[in-house]
Amino acid sequence: MKAAPFDYLAPGSIEEACALLAEAGGGASVLAGGQTLMPLLALRMSQPFILVDINNIAALRGVSRIAGGTRIGPATRQCDGLADAVLAEHLPVLVRALSHVGHYQTRNRGTIGGSIALGEPAAEMPATAVALGAVIEITSVRGVRRVEAADFYLGPYMTVLESDELVTGIEYPDWPPGHVILFREVAQRPGDFALVGLVGALVVEGARITRAGLAWFGMGPTPVKMRQAEAAILGQSADALDVNGLAALAIADTAPFDDHHASAEYRRTVGRRMFTRILREALGRQEAA
Amino acid sequence: MSKHEIEVTINGRRFAGAVESRVTLSDFLRGEAGYTGVHVGCEHGVCGACTVIVNGKAVRSCLMLAVQVQGAEVTTVEGLAAPDGTLHPAQQALRDEHGLQCGFCTPGVLMTMAAMTAGEQKPDEEALLAALSGHICRCTGYQGIRRAARKLAAGEGA
Ligand code: FES
Ligand code: FES
Repeated sequence: MKAAPFDYLAPGSIEEACALLAEAGGGASVLAGGQTLMPLLALRMSQPFILVDINNIAALRGVSRIAGGTRIGPATRQCDGLADAVLAEHLPVLVRALSHVGHYQTRNRGTIGGSIALGEPAAEMPATAVALGAVIEITSVRGVRRVEAADFYLGPYMTVLESDELVTGIEYPDWPPGHVILFREVAQRPGDFALVGLVGALVVEGARITRAGLAWFGMGPTPVKMRQAEAAILGQSADALDVNGLAALAIADTAPFDDHHASAEYRRTVGRRMFTRILREALGRQEAA
Repeated sequence: MSKHEIEVTINGRRFAGAVESRVTLSDFLRGEAGYTGVHVGCEHGVCGACTVIVNGKAVRSCLMLAVQVQGAEVTTVEGLAAPDGTLHPAQQALRDEHGLQCGFCTPGVLMTMAAMTAGEQKPDEEALLAALSGHICRCTGYQGIRRAARKLAAGEGA
């Protein structure tokens, strides 16, 4: 199908973009990479009066080091994130997750911030932000506010973003060199949204786990932070982990649904197996799951 | 609905014109610019048939607006073969390996192959096959396409 008519504006600065969004009074959509928005327009599931294209705003692109972390400009393309040396060094799990976002052709256009701002519950980027404890910087004509990724998502494609607000940065805290990374997803075909996915990071010091950030995707209406498992894993010995107990806690935080791809029960079963297997693998324990 | 003047280079030729804001790059290339080798299958980013190269990157042209290629260089399947008719290595490889039947998906497949093999460094087989997962083919069963991709990755496409 063809998109319904809209006006197209391509501001050159954040200020200009925010002014346009404020003026539109809820009738505008932000166009970043467009790899999710364009299908929604073509299917007329979304019919904004105005498209505000942020691709010409240089300040929204690029990766930089900040005090205690790494900042990603939301309009940074997924393909550029995959090739970025700073991300490879400081956020290896994010790079790993990026390689599973869409296809080669859509990563050439799609942006990291676009994926985060849309909030598809089975997408990799929102869950990665939640797992790593990222903070999302949001700008509007009313000012700048910062929201923890874990508090950003309200439901499928629903976030705390108001209609006049723009995501202007995503800041990931540092995880120390050598931290353990966890990533796995089950999808029907490469490039599809995951049926079940897990992403996270662990810090092991002197055989004890001292820091944990873990999240599910595809396991509820939003990315799901594994709060109970995160709390329970702290202080445990990496060699004598109660993997099954932790998996039960990790699953307890989820709220998967039945759809035409898989049942909620299937998702829970796969999730439990995935959790135990990936933890054992990541911590170098070889015994069978 | 806004109208926009754009100027773009398509297969090495300048094209200037006015486009409506909602027109996709795929419809623009086919309808206004006449490059009907750009095939439109699904119109919403699923099939890969509409893939073209914009500033060196393979992208789905149904997922871009025409107004967004202002100032860009676009290559469609019409721009692959040499002026004397010599096929691009990707075209030759698909032909040799029977990588097409009806040919509907082929322009998209070719643009992905062409973009990935354009640089100095040839892509490894795994990367090329993974990139081809972004294309749906209803005819071939994919084996011919995969053989062609392997040839290209091994650098024996020409
Ligand atoms: S027509 Fe563009 S991906 Fe199918
Ligand atoms: S050759 Fe017919 S769809 Fe691929």
